[in-house]
Amino acid sequence: MLNPKTIAVAMSGGVDSSTVAAMLRAEGHNVIGLTMQLWNQRRLAGHEGMPEQVTGRCCSLDDVYDARRVAQHIGIPYYVVNHEERFERDVVRPFVAEYLSGRTPIPCSLCNNHLKFDQLLVVAQQIGADCVATGHYARVEYDEARGRWLLKRPADRSKDQTYFLFGLTQEQLSRTLFPLGGMTKPEVRELARKQGLALAEKPDSQEICFVPGGDYKRFIDAYLAESGEALPDTAGELVTANGEVIGEHSGIHNFTIGQRKGLGVATGSPLYVIQINGADKQVIVGGDEHLYSRTLRARRVNLISVDELPEPMRVCVKIRHRHEPAAAVLEKAGDDELVVTFDQPQRAITPGQAAVFYDDDIVVGGAWIA
Amino acid sequence: MRRIYLDNNATTPILPEVLEAMRPYFGEHFGNASSIHHHGQETRAAVERARDLVASLLGCRAAEVVFTSGGTEGDNLAIAGLASAGDHIITSTIEHHAVLLTCKHLEETGCEVTYVSVDGRGLIDPDDVRRFLRPNTKLISIMMANNETGVLQPVEEIGKIAAEAEAYFHTDAVQAAGKVPIDVNRIGCDVLSISGHKMHAPQGVGALYVRKATNLQPLFYGGRHERSRRAGTENVPGIVALGKAAELAMQGFERGDDKKISAWRDRLQQGILAQVGEGAVNGDAAPRVPNTTNISFDSIEGESMVIALDLKGLAVSTGAACTSGAIEPSHVLTAMGLRSDRARASIRFSLGKQNTAEDIDLALALVPETVARLRELSPVYKKQAVSS
Repeated sequence: MLNPKTIAVAMSGGVDSSTVAAMLRAEGHNVIGLTMQLWNQRRLAGHEGMPEQVTGRCCSLDDVYDARRVAQHIGIPYYVVNHEERFERDVVRPFVAEYLSGRTPIPCSLCNNHLKFDQLLVVAQQIGADCVATGHYARVEYDEARGRWLLKRPADRSKDQTYFLFGLTQEQLSRTLFPLGGMTKPEVRELARKQGLALAEKPDSQEICFVPGGDYKRFIDAYLAESGEALPDTAGELVTANGEVIGEHSGIHNFTIGQRKGLGVATGSPLYVIQINGADKQVIVGGDEHLYSRTLRARRVNLISVDELPEPMRVCVKIRHRHEPAAAVLEKAGDDELVVTFDQPQRAITPGQAAVFYDDDIVVGGAWIA
Repeated sequence: MRRIYLDNNATTPILPEVLEAMRPYFGEHFGNASSIHHHGQETRAAVERARDLVASLLGCRAAEVVFTSGGTEGDNLAIAGLASAGDHIITSTIEHHAVLLTCKHLEETGCEVTYVSVDGRGLIDPDDVRRFLRPNTKLISIMMANNETGVLQPVEEIGKIAAEAEAYFHTDAVQAAGKVPIDVNRIGCDVLSISGHKMHAPQGVGALYVRKATNLQPLFYGGRHERSRRAGTENVPGIVALGKAAELAMQGFERGDDKKISAWRDRLQQGILAQVGEGAVNGDAAPRVPNTTNISFDSIEGESMVIALDLKGLAVSTGAACTSGAIEPSHVLTAMGLRSDRARASIRFSLGKQNTAEDIDLALALVPETVARLRELSPVYKKQAVSS
């Protein structure tokens, strides 16, 4: 090893981050394992119909146990750091507030921006680490010509997590390693087996870590009840694209753009949620054709491969995690705001989600869909 | 890397003499102390010698010493063994969780519990205890020394209040045993718990003083061991070790070890404060056990500090560790009125008999440089520096 570094690995107790720790250790680095305790799963157990038994994965004792066993197995120091307060403030509260105002949030991006690559990076530096490594599928590289750190899509496109990482700053990227960026998931599992990691076959986690079973409506009810706050009345009218009131709905937070089920009205042709109007508490419904749009506006911009957008730029844009990037033109539209014009109309552009811009496999940047 | 251990309130290393004393009871002397044959007689004698030594340490009769598995069992046995549905208990907000959670459990099963708080010095006011007395107050449980700050509580006064009120008095003396002399009659307690591993005996053994004729319900059933107060075959090596540790503790008091340790503690505390600036000791306005100091450093996360120091070889701690090993703001420091950020910026240093003057010197070199690095990288500290 030419340049052994001190590297803090963010260990979740899953295969990916465990393999990262084992890899870096085998390469001769000085590795420190850190697990962020972000949410107490027991906190809402039994509230408002939440399961009594803890079922969620986030920061569960089982995951901490798994991470600790990996650390012991590969022989690195390991610590759990508590960031529950910050997680609640910067991830959980905004998550609830976004739904209540009719948007569909992405807590994983908030967690990356405010916790994993912010708080954890500070802790890592404080304890003497040069950088933080995670098990994300993405690549980070320094581009001499541009003089910038680049975030790039990984070798395994099916695992691409760059969509959730668009908020990383140059400073954060300069101190971040994604050692799995060049590997496929099967290769990672194979390496985990070779390293003798007992959790090599552990299933991937899919859902939002703090929402057991993915039932975010029940989570919002339970969270507000536990905090002693009343669930705001967000019930209102169900309106067609022509402005005709065709029924009532139970609350705007129960809907997302493109949703077809649970509208509570029967019509001849299928109806979808095409817009949620937070101010009037209206849920607007219409046929599939109404879901398509050629433009979107996005705010709170973070640019990565360029430092500004002096003129329109051709890019491919992803509007949700599982979305094939679509060709579009990106244009500045005021302070900290962009307009995206797609070549082809896109289905279900959803406020609260991120629009992430790609130039081939390079992440140009991203912003939050307004 | 040279490792320095200053977390003796969490656990202590077994002293070599203690290890020597217990070693034969793992091999050669293996008998069940209840057996009638030679092997049983050998270990029975060893258990009773140990009981005499623990009784001397506590100032009680040997027959009043019940061996347990440690502090948590002692606290559980004392509290759940004396109070039942319909009884009122007075305890404090700064007790160890072994006491607090036992009381919480009893609340669910029909006891009423009053939690007395502390002042800014970390002290319980005996008048508060008196004020909360009720006709059905069955038990008062107040710790002798706090694990996080080392503050010694006015247990003798509380013992008098309990006696006047004809309530039982339990004191959790886990953090006092071996550090300050204990005399159950001066304290006036009916039950007192101690733990082996906090006084250089191994983990998994402890003792509970139970005043003669106290009607204590056992936690375990299964035999007449420990005068029917604690069923189960005795942990002979552990008990022998606890006896030896008690003997060494008494010799230590005669030699003035406690004065030596408090001088080192004071040197450590003053040396750190002089070098870091913006630090304050929690609980130093009250009497404390000699080995403990709890220091709040402005604008740092105690958690990062503990990790950073551990990576440099110095073992200290902050707050109470939860099941996952993550740190929650200390209930003791917040009860003393510290804001949660200040509580989280607090570190406990606790010395033991194995520490040397050199350990203190090394700690004095490591702590200030670590605090400086943490502050340099702290977003909070930078902000304050700019605004001031």
